[in-house]
Amino acid sequence: MTSDSLLSARGLVKQFGNFRAVDGIDVSIERGESFGFLGPNGAGKTSTMRMISAVSQPTAGEIRIFGLNPVSHGPEIRARLGVVPQEDTLELELSVMNNLLMFGRYFDIPRKVIRQRATELLEFAQLSDRADDKCDNLSGGMKRRLTIARSLLNQPELLILDEPTTGLDPQARHLLWDRLYRLKRDGVTLIITTHYMDEAEQLCDRLVVMDQGRIVAEGAPRALIEQYSTREVLELRFGAEGQEPYVDRISEYAERVEVLPDRLLLYVHDGDEVLRAVHATGATPESALVRRSSLEDVFLRLTGRTLVD
Amino acid sequence: MDRTIRRGRTRTWPRWHRSLWYHGAFYLQTWRASVISTFLFPLLYLASMGLGVGHLVSAHTGLVEGRSYLRFVAPGLLAITAMNLGESESMWPVLGAVKWVRTYHAAVATPLEPEDIVLGKLAWVGVRLFFTGVVLTITIAFFGALNSWWALTLPLLAVLIGLAFAAPLMAFASTRESDASFTSIYRFLIIPMFLFSATFYPMSQYPGYLRPVVQLMPLYHGVALARSAAFGHAEVGSMVLHLTVLGGMLFLGLRSAKKNLRRRLAS
Amino acid sequence: MRIFPELHFGSRRSLRILERNVVIYRTQWLMLVSGFFEPLFYLLSLGIGLNHLVGSLSAGDRLVTYAMFVAPGMLATSAMNGAVIDALFNTFFKLKVAHTYDAVLATPLDVNDIALGEVWWALVRGSIYATSFLTCMIILGDAGSPWVLLCLPGAILTSFAFASVGLAACTWLRSWQDFDTVALIQLPIFLFSATFFPITLYPGWLQGLVRCSPLYQSAALLRGFSLGQIGPSSAVHIIYLVVMGLIGLVVASHRFRRILTP
Repeated sequence: MTSDSLLSARGLVKQFGNFRAVDGIDVSIERGESFGFLGPNGAGKTSTMRMISAVSQPTAGEIRIFGLNPVSHGPEIRARLGVVPQEDTLELELSVMNNLLMFGRYFDIPRKVIRQRATELLEFAQLSDRADDKCDNLSGGMKRRLTIARSLLNQPELLILDEPTTGLDPQARHLLWDRLYRLKRDGVTLIITTHYMDEAEQLCDRLVVMDQGRIVAEGAPRALIEQYSTREVLELRFGAEGQEPYVDRISEYAERVEVLPDRLLLYVHDGDEVLRAVHATGATPESALVRRSSLEDVFLRLTGRTLVD
Repeated sequence: MDRTIRRGRTRTWPRWHRSLWYHGAFYLQTWRASVISTFLFPLLYLASMGLGVGHLVSAHTGLVEGRSYLRFVAPGLLAITAMNLGESESMWPVLGAVKWVRTYHAAVATPLEPEDIVLGKLAWVGVRLFFTGVVLTITIAFFGALNSWWALTLPLLAVLIGLAFAAPLMAFASTRESDASFTSIYRFLIIPMFLFSATFYPMSQYPGYLRPVVQLMPLYHGVALARSAAFGHAEVGSMVLHLTVLGGMLFLGLRSAKKNLRRRLAS
Repeated sequence: MRIFPELHFGSRRSLRILERNVVIYRTQWLMLVSGFFEPLFYLLSLGIGLNHLVGSLSAGDRLVTYAMFVAPGMLATSAMNGAVIDALFNTFFKLKVAHTYDAVLATPLDVNDIALGEVWWALVRGSIYATSFLTCMIILGDAGSPWVLLCLPGAILTSFAFASVGLAACTWLRSWQDFDTVALIQLPIFLFSATFFPITLYPGWLQGLVRCSPLYQSAALLRGFSLGQIGPSSAVHIIYLVVMGLIGLVVASHRFRRILTP
């Protein structure tokens, strides 16, 4: 735990009755960093987020945010945080602008300042032309962008985003990612939870992989892939006769084989070369795909399960 | 062979019965509190208004229209209860089903038509009204406030009164985007009717020029019908008028409810 | 030595919750204005009808019309209903449906601020309604003494007591169906708190029970104010309502904390 960390946690535990949602995790996040928590639903990400955003108290362990203890300094810490919760909690009856005006008041920001910042933030969120629309009439992607704009009203030093793009269509996701890039470039520290590996690869400088309340790996996305996976992956699907007859025959060509219900994953250095070798054995896969290794493969390797069921 | 199979599959029930069963089945999961309230509320109202206020009235005025205050007020409470049940079942629940929970959207994804939903829903409200009417009639009899065999029609009158409110309000609620206007309906329609339909005191208390205004209130006709049934005397002319007003509301309400719901679910 | 447990009633920041509710309701101002008509209708109905049927009642040392007797009780009832309905329906919606408070908790506000802020709002609403009710009462001649003006703080105190308890109660509701249960509690309180007829009409053993009802306490307090009959019993009613409100607020804060920050 370095003293100049923006956020550090040691031995963090969250227990609900008999269920241990977070089971002793250590993290340290530096200023200006973009940090990810990657894991499937139920891995303990949201519980962790609620603790590090100074909302819920840890059952055990300690956290320091901006060097302060959230148990005793919750309001002071939250004044410097921005939080984008998993579900949008906008005031649907109010207009887009009024949502921002009202939320800013919770931070005791003078109305004039809020209005000025809100105008800029709506520009940033590409919602300027919707400022007077009722929130209820916005699309899912717009609501998400408004929630992000809202979380920036108090000019936070740290922005915490819980599953920022879940439920959005691809276009809306890319727009959102673009906005988050800009924040990162402007020096805002980001903490992101996601169960999308592409999102984690795109946005995070460093991440931890969570499973069943624990951290199972930590590092930069590329480093994790290099450490836990091969350069390329060959995905094979077999037809009606199934893949079982081929597993033994093929596995000698790969460093590692994962048998999924619907396909085989062959972890290899050169996918095309191995595919030729597979064909040479007489196996006739219905389809074959060569791709680069991703965090999904890291997760599969570490937990034996896929990220999105 | 072919024909027998087809005949075997012919529905003897109209399609809307499925909507009725749906509402019934839903109710079965949540019935407890409302069954108690169905039994308890009229009893409490009668005890409080009939006995308590009745005591004050008899000490000062004696009889009201030739009856004790309890007897006078009891049929009116039946009419009010029927109106309340009809109204409460057709505002928020209907708006919820077309806007928030969208259960009606799910229902029209099956072979049900919007018209079937309206009929099924109102049939279900009718069933509840009938049983509430039975309970109320027994309660009123228990207080000794009935003196005619015509009182046996009270459950049916409860159905008519309740549906006369439920149908038009369902038509209205199915066009709404928010519940903001419901408060105004309560403030400017339901509560004034509750207070001014000659329910808690006889029509004779009103100055002459106000009486036609009272007669404009649908609930007044319900109260008058219930009172006639409980006491067993009526003029044919006014009975026809009361029945026409309530029946007309039900008929017109039903028609526009079908139309509005179809339009709402199509959009 | 500390006898009482340390109590937190929220900070100045709770006023932001009040501000939020005012902003939301500004879009529904018509509803607040139309609230004026409800007491008017009730009082008119009494004046037209039951006044003549019931005649005069003795209250303390004087004879009063039925409307004068009932009006303060109805003011108490409307303060109770307004506070309970808003605390239950709107807070339930914000707590369990819209998750409004989750967003608030990401700001410097604390759970105690939320509970206290909702109570502030109940007081603001309560005073608006009570003012319009009192105006109707005075115009229609149903007030029995100049002390009737004390009914305003009395009604606000009633709003406080019921709103706090309503906030606490709403945390136990699981779904909209549970509101039937609420009606089950509210209606007997409404009918049997000696609001429509004097407590002396009840048999002796029941009178003790009626006196326990918070609505009886409030109605008796307001009737005393309206008829200018203020005495030691007024103090008892006030203490009852203050204690009820404080307990409700502490329980509400505690329950909010359990639900919102598990």
